[in-house]
Amino acid sequence: MMLQAAFQVFKRDLRLGWRQSGEWLNPLIFFLMVITLVPLAISPDPARLRELAGGIIWIAALLAVLLAMDGLFRSDFDDGTLEQLLLTPAPLPLLVLAKVLAHWLQTGVALALLAPLAGVLLNLPSSVLVVLVMSLLLGTLTLSLISAIGAALTVGLRRGGVLVPLITLPMHIPVLIFATASVQASLSGLPVTGYLALLGAFLILALCLAPLAAAAALRLAVSGT
Amino acid sequence: MLELQNLEAWRDDRCLYKALSLTLRPGQVAQILGPNGVGKTTLLKQIAGLSQFMSGNIRWQHQSVSADLQQFQQDVLFLGHLAGIKSALTVAENLNILAACRGQTLTVSRLDRALSRVGLRGYDDTPVAQLSAGQKRRVALARLFTEAPLLWLLDEPFTAIDQAGVGELEGWLADHAEQGGMVLLTTHHRLNLRCPVTPIELIPA
Repeated sequence: MMLQAAFQVFKRDLRLGWRQSGEWLNPLIFFLMVITLVPLAISPDPARLRELAGGIIWIAALLAVLLAMDGLFRSDFDDGTLEQLLLTPAPLPLLVLAKVLAHWLQTGVALALLAPLAGVLLNLPSSVLVVLVMSLLLGTLTLSLISAIGAALTVGLRRGGVLVPLITLPMHIPVLIFATASVQASLSGLPVTGYLALLGAFLILALCLAPLAAAAALRLAVSGT
Repeated sequence: MLELQNLEAWRDDRCLYKALSLTLRPGQVAQILGPNGVGKTTLLKQIAGLSQFMSGNIRWQHQSVSADLQQFQQDVLFLGHLAGIKSALTVAENLNILAACRGQTLTVSRLDRALSRVGLRGYDDTPVAQLSAGQKRRVALARLFTEAPLLWLLDEPFTAIDQAGVGELEGWLADHAEQGGMVLLTTHHRLNLRCPVTPIELIPA
């Protein structure tokens, strides 16, 4: 029954995302805009672009995820569905996890699917694209989970927008470092499994702890109203 | 049976109420009274389990709520100021999901019966965004019939409901009490029920 409630929330959020397509399209468009502007602003030289590609794609993806995460709990908080979720017999961390996963499918996975296109635009060789996609799949879910804590902490604030990145950015930095390092290593023909394993370790840590922290923050936010 | 023992609530440094005790027996309807800001909503939220700044004991069916929180949450429905209904989803989707989150499966006939009781027959597939404020409130109230909770915690349930609807809702409260249910509600509206209503007066501390 616990899983059933989580599954319902997961399905509901996917359906809501589908009906309000602007919410998940905006970060993707933002991501593509950054990628297309880089060659214009920095240099159209293919060799130089290839050097920078991993970092640029990852920075754009990180910012796109942060942009999208702010609203994760806000609409539920505003219309009272969050209160009702808190009162269901299912454990709240599980429901938070379901919400984050549904959200990740619409941001992180979508970004990972767009990344090969971005990689080609920035002249990344096709052998590196696989590593790029894998690093994005592992990394964006970690980013989403960490940002969920920030989103839960700021859910009651009218203008929490900038606060979420501010609170959670320090925790995003390790992900950014190892993810870009994996792309760079792959570009130089070095083994990447170590980097990806580390990203996986971050993900497991975030999976275990972030839903608990976000759930506690949500309880606090709801009881403050 | 719901027993409240020595409940206490604070908002910032201000004490809203303390040493509040009361017992609600099956078949009883109780109305919380008091001026604005006295803590009526806080009390309902505290009983529902939404408030963290609290102390005191809440007992449900002769045992502490914390001993079997799941059972309590199955038996209670709290409807607050916010309807808790998603406007991008249809009426049926909202009610189905809310019931499923409690581990109940809603059959089509049960949903139809609930919707015709609240006057929304034929609105199953209408997105809630297209409904009026009063109709939206009725969707939330339909949960009283789709989820069939034993204890109703209603915070200003008459808001945005039309005159005929007020009479219907009063009828539902009395029906529920006659069937052995319990109701605890706040309202500034003068209740006109078939059954007796226990007043609970909150006095500013």
